[in-house]
Amino acid sequence: MATTQTPVPLRDTLRARARRLARLVTTPLVPGDYWSILDPLGSSTDLRGRVEAVLPETADAATLVIRPGRGWAGHKAGQYLRIGVDVDGVRQWRSYSLTSPPRPDGTVTITVKALPGGTVSRFLVHHLQAGTVVQLDQAAGEFTLPATRPAKALFVTAGSGITPVMGMLRDGADRLDDVVLVHSAPRPEDVIFGAELRGLAARGGLRLVERHTDVDGVLDPAELAVLVPDMTERETWACGPNGMLDALQDAYDAAGSGQRLHTERFRPALVAVGDGGTVTFTGSAVTAEADGATSLLDTGESRGVLMPSGCRMGICFGCVVPLREGAVRDLRDGQVTSAVPGDGVLVQTCVSAAAGPCQLDI
Amino acid sequence: MTTIQKQANNQIAHLSAEDIERIGVELDAIREQVIAGRGADDAAYIRRVITTQRVLEMGGRTVLLASLFPPAWFLGTAALTVAKILENMEIGHNVLHGQWDWMRDPKIHSTTWEWDHATPAEQWKHSHNQLHHTYTNVLGKDNDLGYGIMRVDEGQRWHPFHLGQPLWNFVNACIFQYGIAAYDLELGKNLAKSRRGAPEFRARVKQTLRKIGQQVTKDYVVHPLLSGPSAATTITANLTANFIRNLWSHSVIMCGHFPEGVETFERTSIEGETRGEWYLRQMLGSANISGSRLMHVMTGNLSYQIEHHLFPDLPSNRYQEIAPKVRDLFQRYGLSYTTGSLPRQVASAWKKVIRLSLPNNFFGHSEPVRPRGAAPAPVVMRVPNTPEAELVSTSSR
Repeated sequence: MATTQTPVPLRDTLRARARRLARLVTTPLVPGDYWSILDPLGSSTDLRGRVEAVLPETADAATLVIRPGRGWAGHKAGQYLRIGVDVDGVRQWRSYSLTSPPRPDGTVTITVKALPGGTVSRFLVHHLQAGTVVQLDQAAGEFTLPATRPAKALFVTAGSGITPVMGMLRDGADRLDDVVLVHSAPRPEDVIFGAELRGLAARGGLRLVERHTDVDGVLDPAELAVLVPDMTERETWACGPNGMLDALQDAYDAAGSGQRLHTERFRPALVAVGDGGTVTFTGSAVTAEADGATSLLDTGESRGVLMPSGCRMGICFGCVVPLREGAVRDLRDGQVTSAVPGDGVLVQTCVSAAAGPCQLDI
Repeated sequence: MTTIQKQANNQIAHLSAEDIERIGVELDAIREQVIAGRGADDAAYIRRVITTQRVLEMGGRTVLLASLFPPAWFLGTAALTVAKILENMEIGHNVLHGQWDWMRDPKIHSTTWEWDHATPAEQWKHSHNQLHHTYTNVLGKDNDLGYGIMRVDEGQRWHPFHLGQPLWNFVNACIFQYGIAAYDLELGKNLAKSRRGAPEFRARVKQTLRKIGQQVTKDYVVHPLLSGPSAATTITANLTANFIRNLWSHSVIMCGHFPEGVETFERTSIEGETRGEWYLRQMLGSANISGSRLMHVMTGNLSYQIEHHLFPDLPSNRYQEIAPKVRDLFQRYGLSYTTGSLPRQVASAWKKVIRLSLPNNFFGHSEPVRPRGAAPAPVVMRVPNTPEAELVSTSSR
């Protein structure tokens, strides 16, 4: 039997050599550092995008049309996008759901609701200028429609929780046989994509139930069961406040349909407020006093430490750093993790706070 | 200047311990103000400087592809020289100080930055940020006082080797970036037989040689080869740019701590030093250079050496703005703010290098120098809570 060798494609070898040569020309920088002056979107290692338009949706929400640069690997409807913007000169990263389906023109959209006191969300909605170049990560997230589309689907959303679902509806979920969307917002004019959703419903694409919580109060699973009697038989995607998602999960679990419910949380469910303490970032020679409610990630970033970060909600493990010594508390469940010198336990800095003095290896 | 502790009439004798702490509080307030106001304009400034530098460098190097033609050589060399100076001074030095870390841009951060310099950023950060900026002008602790090859203070012991120091200083100026690389490796100390083979030292030597290799390959092999027929003239252009940058940065850096009027400090004076005392040492241990806006940028704002030493991690573009406040503080507390034009300060520093190449009082000039081992003059640098300890450690040296 003949053995086959996989030849390294000549193009790849040549490209690697060319890259090494180019580095000799630009050392100690990389060619991209110069190239990005001419073409900020041209780097394949540092994914960036240009904001092409900022379109108001409601009084406090806007849709950003972004053209991702070279290296963008595309996305699935329902996924989220991490975006880094400079607010008052400081690089800030946040995740927002993509509200566009994959489009032929290569642009994507995210829709942002300005939160009261939200540094980044308010900047994006009210101050971001078209033309701004932003930092991007590849799209991520499991909150997507399966390849085999379900016959009956239910979407339960509240506030900006509509955003990932809008992406799915625009990607053809409205063409499923039987789709119900139950959406909560304080008032009719606060419904993001209100006109588009009502139009879809009018054309028979879906059954839309709008819940205006200023008048009707917050939706609970019992009421949902009245509105959608067969809810636990439906493949369900829910996105909104943690309280709503927890209640839904309980209801589906009780009905034995826990696996039918898919949820997307925008904020980690925080329960623990610990002691706080002095945090030492050993590699950066930075020491900071932190309270028990502030994440180590926020503490480090506020002191200029170059913290790795990811989803900022305890999911992606993009922010893990070795805890060299001391104790930290998981803000989600109050669990304390401690380390003695030599341990180097990896902790998720975005959902951990100091529980006494601690040293992080960064 | 002899160390401040040994001067008969030193300029801090009139300050009480409370005065010194008040100075500290005022300086902290100045620092807080700048930090509170840091923002988009500052970020735009450093990005503008970086872009300008890179465009100048690319432009200069492109013109040098035709450096066979003298006008192209002059133009390209000029652009490359300015770019190289900006890269080291206003960008590299300041980024490596962490002045821009607050932007959280991984591309402009002290932990990721590497500069166009013979010494690896990591080693320079240790010897400069940690040693020099902490022990500024403390005899025996701050090796920047003469870089270990010169005597720049009466308090440093004279050795016949120092007779040659005007020459050493000139040679160091010509090859300054390599001088710094050797200095960061602490070659003087580490080449001693007992340390030569230490694995940590060997690893650092390897790191430095690798860096030098990359730098030399870029300037003297790759770009000349790209220039084809202009290879030889591109080599001379790079040599010239690096040479001028060496002279320039050496001059600027000499002006920081060597001119007349800058104070030095006894090793024992910093034991248990308070924040106020640390600030005071930085105020008196540094000297500024006066000049135009362009001069300040080209020196990396090290022309505001006093402000830089007080607040090494504040963005360099802000030193100019706080300088009047700092100067006013000097005045109110009766301290002398050392500053002068570039030629004056360079001459002053050179004068000192030449004068101290000879033993103290060689020409019978009587400086009030206290003989070694005598009891120290009463000074206010230390809050006198442990006078015995201070006495003992001084006289035991």
